[in-house]
Parts: sequence; C-alpha cells; structure tokens
Amino acid sequence: MNDETKYFLTRLGIYTFLFTFVLWVIVPIIISTLYAFSTRLDYYNMNKVIPTHFTTEWVKTILFTLGGWQGIKNSIVVALMTIGISFSLGIPAGYAIAKFIFPGKDSIKLSIIALRMFPIPVMAIPLVILYIHLHLIDTLFGVALAHTAMALPFVVLITSSIFAGVSKDFEEAALVFGLNRFQSFLKITLPLALPGLAAAAMFTFVMSWNEVFVASILTLKNRTLPAQILSIMAGSSGGAAPPYYKFAAAFIMTFPALIFVFFARKYLVTMWGITLK
Amino acid sequence: MVEVRLEKVTKKFKELVAVNGLTLTVKDGEFLVLLGPSGCGKTTTLRMISGLETPTSGRIFFGDSDVTYLPPKDRNISMVFQSYAVWPHMTVYENIAFPLKVKKYPKNEIEQRVKWAAELLQISELLKRYPSQLSGGQRQRVAVARAIVVEPDVLLMDEPLSNLDAKLRVMMRAELKKLQTKLKVTTIYVTHDQVEAMTMGDRIVVMNQGKLLQVGPPTNVYLKPNSLFVATFIGSPEMNIIDASITERKDGLYIEGSGFVLRLTDDFRDLLRDYIGKDIYLGIRPEHMTVRGVSTLEHVNKSAEIEGLVDFVEALGTDTIIHTKVGDNIIKIKIPGHVPLPIGENIKIEVDLDNVHIFDRKTEKAII
Amino acid sequence: MKTKYLPYLLILPAGAYLLFFIGYPLVQAIYLAFTQNGHFTLANFHRAFSNSMFFQALKFTLALAIVIIPIQVVLALVLALIMMNTFKGKDWVLYALIIPLTISDVAGGLIWYTMLSDAGFLNKLLLNLGLISQPIHFFGYQYRTMEFLAIVLEEIWRSTAIVFVIILAGLQMISREYIEAAEVFGAGYWTRLRKIVIPMLKPSIQSALIIRTLFAMQIFGAVWMLAGRDIPVLAGEGYYQLTFIKDYSVASIYALAIAMLSIVLGALYVKFLKAPYLEVGE
Repeated sequence: MNDETKYFLTRLGIYTFLFTFVLWVIVPIIISTLYAFSTRLDYYNMNKVIPTHFTTEWVKTILFTLGGWQGIKNSIVVALMTIGISFSLGIPAGYAIAKFIFPGKDSIKLSIIALRMFPIPVMAIPLVILYIHLHLIDTLFGVALAHTAMALPFVVLITSSIFAGVSKDFEEAALVFGLNRFQSFLKITLPLALPGLAAAAMFTFVMSWNEVFVASILTLKNRTLPAQILSIMAGSSGGAAPPYYKFAAAFIMTFPALIFVFFARKYLVTMWGITLK
Repeated sequence: MVEVRLEKVTKKFKELVAVNGLTLTVKDGEFLVLLGPSGCGKTTTLRMISGLETPTSGRIFFGDSDVTYLPPKDRNISMVFQSYAVWPHMTVYENIAFPLKVKKYPKNEIEQRVKWAAELLQISELLKRYPSQLSGGQRQRVAVARAIVVEPDVLLMDEPLSNLDAKLRVMMRAELKKLQTKLKVTTIYVTHDQVEAMTMGDRIVVMNQGKLLQVGPPTNVYLKPNSLFVATFIGSPEMNIIDASITERKDGLYIEGSGFVLRLTDDFRDLLRDYIGKDIYLGIRPEHMTVRGVSTLEHVNKSAEIEGLVDFVEALGTDTIIHTKVGDNIIKIKIPGHVPLPIGENIKIEVDLDNVHIFDRKTEKAII
Repeated sequence: MKTKYLPYLLILPAGAYLLFFIGYPLVQAIYLAFTQNGHFTLANFHRAFSNSMFFQALKFTLALAIVIIPIQVVLALVLALIMMNTFKGKDWVLYALIIPLTISDVAGGLIWYTMLSDAGFLNKLLLNLGLISQPIHFFGYQYRTMEFLAIVLEEIWRSTAIVFVIILAGLQMISREYIEAAEVFGAGYWTRLRKIVIPMLKPSIQSALIIRTLFAMQIFGAVWMLAGRDIPVLAGEGYYQLTFIKDYSVASIYALAIAMLSIVLGALYVKFLKAPYLEVGE
C-alpha cells in the first residue's frame, strides 16, 4: 500500500467515525421528536420504525392538562430571576477580577472555581428547612435564589474573562477624558462586552431551565417544567405515564435548548473553555 | 550539510498567491537571509523548505534528492521558531534531547550531544529548569541548542530575534553568526529587519509580494539595488527618492527636478540614452551626500552640487540627519558626528555621483 | 485609598451570597445528620447504613462513573483531535456535537426511553431488519443490567459534549508552533500526540475529569427517568428520603456522602494528575 492510499484510508476512517458520532448525537433527538407527534397506533405498530401519522394530542395534553404550560411559564420566570440576581451580583465581581490587581485575587478566583463544583443536592436538601422558616418553600423566588447560587460562580468567571477581553486602553482613554470609573464602565466597557454578556445570559438561562433536583425539592405546586415533568413521569403514581407522553415531554424540554445552541454556538466552546478551565 | 535548490516554487492559499515562481539556490554551508516586509512570502518559503507546507507547484531539492513532498521528519532539518516553541512541559534538557530521542540516538550519545550543545550556547547550568523559569533570551538559546543538537543538513530560522529586546538582539545577532560560521551548516534565515540581514547574511534574498526581487551579498544589494522597492526597503534612513527628468543641454546630460539641476558626467550618456527627455526617479542615499563646509565625502571621483534650505535637524548622537528643502522636495542627508545647523540656513549639498540611482518610472527597475 | 478596597467591595456581594448558600446548607446538613430533636445522636447514621439501599446507591453511583467517564474521555479526545482539522461542514458538525450540552438529564432520559423502550426506535429497527425476533427489554426491575446499560448510553450521549468542549478549548490553546516544532524535529503523528499534545493537554483533561466525576456523583434525572429506584444512586435516594419518607436526617446523610465523595475524588485527581511544569515558580 503506498502513502497516498494510506492517507486516503486514514481520512476515510476518521470521517466515517465523525459521521457516525454525529448521527449518534442527532438521531435520538430527531426520533424522539417524531415519536412525540406519533399517533398511538403508529407507535405500537412494530412494523413502523418511522411513524407516518401524526397528532399533537400528547404535546397538548402535557402542556394544558398536565400543567406543562404553567411549568414553562414558571421556568422562564425562575430563569429570568436567576439571570437578574446572578448578573447583578456577578458582574461587579467579574469586573473586579478582570480589571484590578489586589492581594488575595488568585485565592478568590480559585475558591470561585472550586465553588462551581459544589454538589447541588448537598445544597438543596438542607435548604428545605430554611425555606420553610422563611416561607420561601414552594415559591419561584426561592428556586431562583438556589439557582443563583448554582449559576453565580459561572457568571463571575465568564464575565471576568469577557471584561478582561475589553482592552484596558479604551477605559483609560475615557478616564483621561474626564469620566469617572463607574461612568467609563457604563459607557465604554459594558457596551463593548454586551454580546459576550448576552451569550452568558443565554448560558445561565439554559442552566436554570434544565435544573431539576433543586426545583423538585423546593417546590410542590409551583413547579418549573423539568420538576413538573419529573413528577408526571415518575412521580408518586409510580412512573406509569404512557410512553408517548414521555416523548412529548422530552420534545417540550429540548426544543428551546436546541434553539439556544443554534444562536450561541459560536460562543459555546470558548465559554465552556473559560468556565471549565 | 547540503545545497538547497528551489525550482519555480509557487504556493497558493485559496486565491492568495503567497509565493510566486521562486527559483533559488542556497549554497552548501551558506548563511542565506530571506528579507522582506510581512506577507511577502518569506515565511511561507521557509515552511516549504521545512516540509510544514507543500508547494502548489514547483520542486525543492536537497542536494540531488527531491524533497518536495517529503514530510519534515524525513528531511534532516532543524528550525528555530519565532516564538521559540520551547515546550513548556519539558525541562531544558528534555527539550534539547527531544530531536535525538525521536531519531533514536543511543542514550550516552544523547547525553554527550546535549552537553555539547548546552555548552556551546552557555546554558549548561539551566538544563534541569522548566521554560517558565527562563528569561526570553535563555529560551532563545534553548531553541537554538535544540536546533543544532542533531547537526542538521539545513538549519531554518524564522525571525528568531524579533521577540528579544534591542540590546539582547544585537548580542545574539553576533553570536548566531559566529555559531553558524563554526558549524558551517547551510542556514536559511527569515527576517524583516534589514540590519539583521545586512550583518548576518552571506547573501540576501529580497522578496516582495511572493516574488524574488534581488539576490546577492549584502553590500551588493545595498549599493546596487535593482529596483525601487529594494532600494527603499534596505537602508536607514531610507534612500531619498526624488521625481526628476533627464534633459540634454549643449554641455551634456542633466537631471532636473523641483529646485535643482544636477550635471551628469559624460559616462552616463550610454546608460541613459533611452531616457533623455523622460521622467525618472532619482535615488540618493542620505550618506552619499554632504553639506559643503561641514564635512567632505571620502573616496569620491565625481560629485555635483545642489542648493537647499535646512528644514529640520535630527541629532542621533553618532550621526546627524539634516532634512533639507530643495524645491518641493525634502531630502535627508546623513552626516557623521554632531552638526548643529540652524534651521532656515541656506546650504550647498554635495552629491556623490558614483552612488546615484536612477529608476524607470513605469517598471520601477533600476537603470543605474 | 478608596480604590484599594474597591475590588473587595465589588466581590463582597457575590462572595457573601455564595458563602451563605453553600456554607449554611453544609452546616445545616451536618446538624441534621448528627441530631434528633436537638440532641446529638448517631442513630441517623445507623438508620441510613442499615438500609441496604445506601450501599447499593454508593455502589451504583461509583460503578456508573467508572464505566462512563473513561469512555467519554477517550471519545472526547478523539473527537477534539479530529475537530482540529479543517474540513467542509465543520461548523455544522461542531453544532451537532455540542447540542447535548443544553439537554437536561431529565430530557436525556426521556429521549433515550424513546430509543430503547419495547416499541421504541432501536427495537423496531432491529426487528424490521430481521436482526432480532423478540424486542430487547431494557426496562423493568428484572432487566436491571439493561437499565444500567441504558443509563450508560444516555450519559455517554448527553455528557460527552462537556468533556469534548473542555478538551477542544484546551487543544485550541496549544500554540501551533509547539506541534510544528516537534514535526520539524522528526516526530511522527503518534509521537507528537504522546509527547507534546497530551502532556500539554493535561490541565484540560484534569479539569474535564474533575468536572465529569463530580457531576457523576450527583447523577439523578436520567437514572430517575430510565430506571427509577431499580438502579439506586446517591442523589436519587436523597431525593426519595426527603420527598417520600420525609426523613431529613437520612437525606442529609446522602447529601453529605456526595459532598465527601466529591472532595475525596477531586483531591485524588489533583494529587495524581498534577503537571510538574505548572508547579515551578517563575
């Protein structure tokens, strides 16, 4: 075998592997979407690998009979509150880490990196007791507070690297021309950092949107979407929900996330690169 | 040690032609400098010689063997990178030993050679350190030691001094040149710094926009540039380029421009026959002029005189650059020593006619 | 004078918030674990440990991590190395590869239920291709091994993306000249990979391993969807004790077990995967 065939075969092998892996990732998403709209007959017809008759009954039932729609609304409220709180706490900290040199900076940064990995269940279980005392149990605000604790380390790290990417010269130029530090932050650094911050916000949104453990434990009636679905699917009834409801639920949960990755795909690798380093 | 030959080498990156039909021979043991502005194709040329890039067309030979499509590992070359590329996860010793280990040298020979290279570059006491514990200059020495340790056929250097501070750069320049003379390894050195090129190269290759413009020993390229580009790229301060035209009068040929007339001696007549009455560019290096009454030009056979007005004076310490207004032109004159001429003073400028350059307006090629 | 304290002031709110939301539950969990009606007792531990589910949960949590994580790291490394090449449609491939990043564990579990249930895609496909004559049963207590497999598949499907992205980001940070230098000095592809790329990637691989391992200790949603309590895991049992049994003390013990495991494993990784060149001073 000469070098050229060898080279060609290696290429072929590599891209076959890649293609297979991509299929492995997207086929389940496509299939579960199709099955979510499949009629009952098509689903139980063992000769029909791909359904051909479709219905929106299951998605509708999840949304309107089983509280999915309310769950979506709750999820959005919680996610927005989480973004609001975690950004207003996280941006100043991220800015400080990016733009100042001060004693203890490295240890502070390291602690934030470590806190990011703190196990969520450990936080959620004891929190129940506190929330009962503070009447925060079963409130969306309570869930958002807990989600903020989960998202805040990420927000601090992402914003600090976004701000670090905005050259100091721009801000110093503004200082020279008579703005104070806060004004120059508002007028110069913040607008320049805006696209990055928007991506970070989407990132936080998905984090909160997907979180189920904390939300399930801290709420009973005011459930976010994943918590609501968890209780429908495997709740006290013992997981007896018919399969096509499960597919519909998967679709409802996955769809917004797909759109998110599409818009933020350029940022995702760098963002994860930053936060996970 | 080997001769390197490039034959009509072209490299395209999509639409961009990085190197265009380059033909060039690097002699065995020679120190050849590829000089040009950024994006001129010199680094791409070096990378094709290394095997990191493959030419779109053309051939590359090491001695008699065609290496055009050989991967770097089969070429017995070494390279010093611009960023040094000293691997941070290996100690200095491991870095220098790497090429030997890859080529499966016996263990005791690896040790000997690393010791030899480290001594040559005076880094013997750093062998156990990691690159993060070294200064930029020390890292550079490690990079060079790593490059010479296998005694390559061809040593390639890609702007190796550009990340050093000015003082260190001057020192390393001399050291690298000495090292190359000692090892007699065929060396191809890429730089955009004309001083490096002038001081280090046995020959210089000036490139621009992917094309070879001129090859030759440094003084040749400096004194006899073959084009406007080479003339202005080499030399600091830059050669004065003045719009002018050739005219004929009863008593001979003249160059006329705004505010001056230069009488040319008769031996120019043959060379300029086709240009009489035409516009040309006149090129004079700042050091080939002087101010009458201040200093005199040495070893000059023929000279001419023009008049000007002192516009601005730059005192550099060892030299003085006098910006002189001659008609609409500003002409720079470089005079050794400190020359405090008052601004606005009328001066007489003496021009060394042996070192006058005349360029075609259209082709920008040198006529003289 | 004012600017000296400014950075601390800016960090203070976030710091205090985190300290409270992480410090308080930790203290509270310890308190709940060691007391009953306000008195110190070890009875809670006795109650937790005498239930075989605790050790089952510990066993399955670790077993899942041990099976899943090495596969993910190898897959992610190979994918990231491939993605360092340029080829047509690379952007779309990257998009496809990172989609699972945004899919929650619950949704992931549900999607894989679609794939593997008796009338699911895989069974129907294999039946129609004539490769099997009876559906393969993945779900139900009597098929626990298959449930375990289903969880492994789902987790590899969903969370390899995180490892991939961390390693890809790490690869992109390695300057090309380091690799080219090795190439010039005679190293072939495998030597370059072994001697240059992987050692320089060590910090990224380390953080990928730590993050994946710590998340694996908290595995819950996918398991709950695919296997319920057939395959008990620590977070799932904690959730069960809290919401169904209302035993706050035992739930806290599960939470503490996760915390302890995370700390121990994290420390082990840091100890055994350290890169000496990053430790030396400037």
